Amino acid sequence: MNYFDNDLESVHQQLVNGDITSEELTKQTIDKINSEADDIQAYLSMNDQAIEKAKAIDAAGIDPDNIFSGMPIAIKDNIVTKNMKTTAASKMLENFTSVYDATVVEKLEKAGAVIVGKTNLDEFAMGSSTEKSAFKTTRNPWNLDTVPGGSSGGSAATVSAGEVPVSLGSDTGGSIRQPASFTGVVGLKPTYGRVSRWGLIAFGSSFDQIGPLTNNVKDNAHMLNAIAGHDEHDATSSKKEVPDFTEHIDAGVKGLRIALPKEYLGEGVDPEIKTAIKQAAETYQKLGATVDEVSLPNSKYGVMAYYVLASSEASSNLERFDGVRYGYRADGVKNLEDLYVKTRSTGFGNEVKRRIMLGTFSLSAGSFDRYFKQAAKIRTIILNDFQKVFKDHDLIMGPTTPTTAFKVGTESTDPTEMYTNDTLTIPVNLAGLPGMSLPAGFSKGLPIGMQLIGRPFDESTIYQAGYAFEQNTDFHKEKPQLGGK
Amino acid sequence: MTEKVNEEKTQHIAGLAKLSIDKEDLPKFTEQLNDMLEMLDEIDTVDTDGVEPTYTVTDRINVMREDVADNWGQRDALLHNAPEAVDGLIRVPTIIDESEDK
Repeated sequence: MNYFDNDLESVHQQLVNGDITSEELTKQTIDKINSEADDIQAYLSMNDQAIEKAKAIDAAGIDPDNIFSGMPIAIKDNIVTKNMKTTAASKMLENFTSVYDATVVEKLEKAGAVIVGKTNLDEFAMGSSTEKSAFKTTRNPWNLDTVPGGSSGGSAATVSAGEVPVSLGSDTGGSIRQPASFTGVVGLKPTYGRVSRWGLIAFGSSFDQIGPLTNNVKDNAHMLNAIAGHDEHDATSSKKEVPDFTEHIDAGVKGLRIALPKEYLGEGVDPEIKTAIKQAAETYQKLGATVDEVSLPNSKYGVMAYYVLASSEASSNLERFDGVRYGYRADGVKNLEDLYVKTRSTGFGNEVKRRIMLGTFSLSAGSFDRYFKQAAKIRTIILNDFQKVFKDHDLIMGPTTPTTAFKVGTESTDPTEMYTNDTLTIPVNLAGLPGMSLPAGFSKGLPIGMQLIGRPFDESTIYQAGYAFEQNTDFHKEKPQLGGK
Repeated sequence: MTEKVNEEKTQHIAGLAKLSIDKEDLPKFTEQLNDMLEMLDEIDTVDTDGVEPTYTVTDRINVMREDVADNWGQRDALLHNAPEAVDGLIRVPTIIDESEDK
């Protein structure tokens, strides 16, 4: 039996009752991860102090009021930890260990969580498959020939395989929701500012958010409870009050006004995914919600605006990797300029270089107004579209991705085709809204994800609607058999 | 009108970001940059007359704090991450290549 077929609350209860110790649970977790490592390749490094930590928590006693006390969890390897390396899946940081913990790590450590390892991602979170990792490609537990999505592919795959009950990812243009969709788990990108970014290696600072990946909606709400809140180290983190996201999670959807944008069921979306979302809409209507067709006419410009803005921010954020103070340094350089250029040219992978170059180009004299400023204006009209819909709707629903998981090695080498993966998730980041993907069906044995988008700081409504859907469907109960093994 | 870059321009853009593209990779990078510019071609056709740009969606501006120094006292740990450190300092190569003066 796998403990993590149960929800967090029942595993916690077993820890409290002493049916299992944190040490035993952590050991089992690590054994399962190791035995599946060749197939799934979800982790970049394991925490050699995890068992010690679990023992210490057992000795101190499991805290009955703290659901993460003694609970094994996994962290995406672009979130810094002082006791383990943080590589961002880049040669640039292959041997880097932070001198501090990210705020989310500090909070989880304090809550007694046991970090078992750091998960794989596309280099610096730039990609949709983990194939852009400098170290390995993670596989989708539902079919090992397919990708788990990305960039938080390792965090999604390990939860999907039942190795850990919960992991943390980060989402700049869909990097939590798309892999959650591909691997059949629940993944939330919180409202911009809901969770501190302190210690998250920056990609697009006006988009990045850390969020949870879990087996079910309520576990996800528990994790958001643990990591949300203002942080003096992140000036963009909000001072808005953080509710208990689990408290009214069973409130139901009676009277809820749900919007279904017609653009989200448009061209390029797999017909089986469209059918699954229409059926989900019917489920909501049966449960007493209204579902209206609406329009987000400018969302089609989202990919364009996003790649200009996020790449521009990335080009600036990644200037710090220069081979001087930390990280990789190229050999055989003749002067400082040469050190910068050789270090960056051999330390970064091609996808990272492409985005830095697009960003540098967009910000350069002669291109700034046409690309960067225009993209920022498009961001405004996309934001306005959402605000208009939220005037008389409480929630937006649609698919998370246009297709299910694609085969390893088949991602187009044309970057513009590759980026269309993120068409349905990107507008949410542009507008800073909360969005969650949850299982809503299967197509040819691969999971389909439904996306729920809420008003700013209204993750509670997303969780209520997600929970209601989960209570009335069985999709989340299906577990992968490791590619049919 | 679609903007196009040639190999020389691609290398120039890389140089602005302190990158250098290997000669054999240059055609591929140029082609991919042109693919991206083609995707962005439509950007001028979006009507944004009178629209203000959005650069951030945070609700907070100008967050102030007291100007108090906080000494982490972690010099050794920080230097541990430096590629080369000597006597508590980070070592870098010669800034000016003296061989070029000869």
